[in-house]
Amino acid sequence: MRALIASALAVVASNAVAQDILIRGATVYTSTAKGTLTNTDVLIRDGRIHSIGTGLAADNATTLDAKGRALTPGLFAGLTTIGIQEVSQEATTDDASIGLGAPAYEMQWRPEFDVSTAYNGRSVLVPVTRIEGMTWTVLNPGIASNGNFLAGQGAAVTLDGRQDAVLDGSRSLFINLGGQMNSHSGGSRAAQWMVLEQAVHETRNRVSDQKSLMHPLGREVFARYLSGGRVIFNVDRAGDIVKTIAFAKRYNIKPVIAGGAEAWIVADQLAEAKVPVIIDALNNLPNTFDQIGARLDNAALLNKAGVKLTFSMFEDSHNARKVRQLAGNAVAHGMPKEAAVTALTADAADIFGLGATRGRIAAGQVADVVLWSGDPLEVTSLADQVWIAGRPVDMRSRQTELRDRYFERLKRATAN
Amino acid sequence: MQHAHARGAPRRSVMIPLLGILLSACATAPQSQAPTPQATPAPSTPAPYTSTYRALPSTTTLIRGATVLTGTGTRIDNGDVLIVDGKISAVGTQLSAPAGAKVIEANGRWVTPGLIDVHSHLGVYPSPGVDAHSDGNEMVDPVTAQAWAEHALWPQDPGFQTALEGGITTMQILPGSGNLIGGRGVTVKNVHATTYQAMKFPGAPQGLKMACGENPKGVYGGKGQAPMTRMGNVAGYRQAFADAQAYREEWNKYRRELAEYEKKQKDAAGKKKDADDKPPSPPKRDLKSDTLVGAMNGEILVHIHCYRADEMAIMIDLANEFGFKIAAFHHAVEAYKIADLLAQNDICGAEWADWWGFKMEAFDGVMENLALTDMPRNSCAVVHSDSPEGIQRLNQEAGKAMARGNRMGLDISREHAITWLTLNAAKALGIDQVTGTLEAGKMGDVVIWNGDPFSVYALAEAVFIDGALVYDRKSPPAKPASDFLLGQYETAVKGSAQ
Repeated sequence: MRALIASALAVVASNAVAQDILIRGATVYTSTAKGTLTNTDVLIRDGRIHSIGTGLAADNATTLDAKGRALTPGLFAGLTTIGIQEVSQEATTDDASIGLGAPAYEMQWRPEFDVSTAYNGRSVLVPVTRIEGMTWTVLNPGIASNGNFLAGQGAAVTLDGRQDAVLDGSRSLFINLGGQMNSHSGGSRAAQWMVLEQAVHETRNRVSDQKSLMHPLGREVFARYLSGGRVIFNVDRAGDIVKTIAFAKRYNIKPVIAGGAEAWIVADQLAEAKVPVIIDALNNLPNTFDQIGARLDNAALLNKAGVKLTFSMFEDSHNARKVRQLAGNAVAHGMPKEAAVTALTADAADIFGLGATRGRIAAGQVADVVLWSGDPLEVTSLADQVWIAGRPVDMRSRQTELRDRYFERLKRATAN
Repeated sequence: MQHAHARGAPRRSVMIPLLGILLSACATAPQSQAPTPQATPAPSTPAPYTSTYRALPSTTTLIRGATVLTGTGTRIDNGDVLIVDGKISAVGTQLSAPAGAKVIEANGRWVTPGLIDVHSHLGVYPSPGVDAHSDGNEMVDPVTAQAWAEHALWPQDPGFQTALEGGITTMQILPGSGNLIGGRGVTVKNVHATTYQAMKFPGAPQGLKMACGENPKGVYGGKGQAPMTRMGNVAGYRQAFADAQAYREEWNKYRRELAEYEKKQKDAAGKKKDADDKPPSPPKRDLKSDTLVGAMNGEILVHIHCYRADEMAIMIDLANEFGFKIAAFHHAVEAYKIADLLAQNDICGAEWADWWGFKMEAFDGVMENLALTDMPRNSCAVVHSDSPEGIQRLNQEAGKAMARGNRMGLDISREHAITWLTLNAAKALGIDQVTGTLEAGKMGDVVIWNGDPFSVYALAEAVFIDGALVYDRKSPPAKPASDFLLGQYETAVKGSAQ
């Protein structure tokens, strides 16, 4: 719905209808088997990639000369709370997690909690993030202090500012495991497996509603994930990752490992089971005892072993834009650059079931693309222009407004 | 910053808003010889807790043919750096190698001064971030000026080694920001040691950590104690400094009386003694006021965690009321709103490149903050980390900030931007006479990078501290430096942990 485009775009929205756009002479990171194409044209029509080639023509298109600059698919902003948490420490602005006050030992599970229903397309984080080249994110429910280690559901949203932003087919269940969750699982990680088994049992057997882990609706939702549904397991320790792979296999879950500080240790098993991993590529310290093996070449080692991966900041949605720096550092520590760009685009889209329409510069894909001032992973490069579904994004945010106000003030103050 | 927090999926902050988010400090740029660290009005005794740092053995080294950013604002292409006896001996081109010198051919490499982080909690909020290691905030009283971060610094924090691999040769370790006045910070050289005294930067002044805004009022207000508001915050600082002034006066009075007594004794030498004529008793020593008097005397440099522009202006008034100088505002997310005021008052703005928004006082963050802070003449912009991750790549933080400044039309060169994490940081810590630039006579704290240090792809290839090669990427240490990781990290690396 056009009327719901974010307020920051209101002024330009009328101009931002999906017209043909021809980007000429770009270095195109296709994130497909075609790799990176130099001096290539991309034609966008009706919000989709229409064609890719050289010497493309389109009479009515707005034409832009890329002059060799990099053009990538819109980047994945990682697992975030964008639009569901405005100021992390202000409870009235934070819808990211559920804690119903039940004591932890009662283990009341709420898999039916879907955090994407709280999404606010007018959050100031949306423009802040998208002008840095990130066109979509996955809303990740958090763990409340009085909540359970099963966080609930989240989904991918496009960052064009619309309210109805959830991308079809991306809904996922989030479960956190490991020592950090002990206080949410009765004091032991063994209890996490115990309760997971109990939940599976409840979906298959008649149970009294009074003595059950889940409400009937929750059972229904959980059962759906036991028939090939995508579950994001936030887990770091190598041994716990192996257990997660086995659990998922046993119950027909499509698992994704998030965190994965020690994933490289079990890279071959992840590759064999085709389990993708979402990592913070800057994590190289034993922040917890589950992360003793954390190292900077985690991404390089996983990629080499054939594990599909993408990147995310964790617990830092305001700075989700830093995900590009994560990918750059993965390259500095051995991951091929094209693979790192693909990780932030096509691989991320594939992990969340969106690969058929997003994540690649290929004919028929939704035209989420970014033109960069330089190397797309370089910290000194910036997004020159972002398009979402073929519409140019107004490259402004509350932050650029603040910047301009005080830059002008400072210029006057320092003039004499 | 979330930094000290364990990483995991986004989750509601259950910790009090301070653990990682500590403070900020800005140094006045005292062009000083490092003052003595003992800032007590009490009678002078040999300083306890003194540095036992000794430079490691070094070799005469000539680094040849690199792009050299000197930290003084100069870039030398195809430049050479000569290190002799642990100090920078010469910087220029076509230097000749003294007999026996080790020559490093550094074509295509970049050379900078060792990087300096003015805001770290390594050792006091170390990895692993378990409860037993939470040693940075003495949150039992809003003013704990008597607490010293160095007394909680765990030298086995694995974060020191990873910071070294990012080119960090010097850092200030500060208490957290849960209190109005958290205590004293310590500046250390980034060498592995078993005791903190062996890391302590010889002659560097201590810092005083203070905190504005949400953290202190949140910690104590939540318990129904003062401060509960920003009014209470300022009242708390003022009372603490007023008490310290009175304490200083007590000691001054005592010294006057002691001098009179001694004079009288001298004049009366040989005469009959008055039995009632006893020497004056010294006042009781108060460790809290000792620290604040040290700050007012300029022996301890004041570093203030302060996000908001209006609060920074209030802290400048506070400093004027009690006659101390502010070295730096740390986490100065809104420094861009008052960059001229900071420059006029000779106060550094120590900042992140892009962190913002996690709390109200960080809601107005902009990515151009460092570039705008840098804009006025005589400004002092500093890149800081407050994070065991960020400290490993201060160079990338500077790269981001430089690029934003240049995008808005400021002309920020690499030779200038490097000052944000070398010379300016050294000024903030009061050690710019001895480190922070590549100039003859300064400490041989040097980093060789495998490329443009402002690039995301750049890695420190070699790091020298006082001329000693303490990190060499070509032959990394076989075992972790940290005792904590020894015997378990290697197990993980061998893949036998499953």
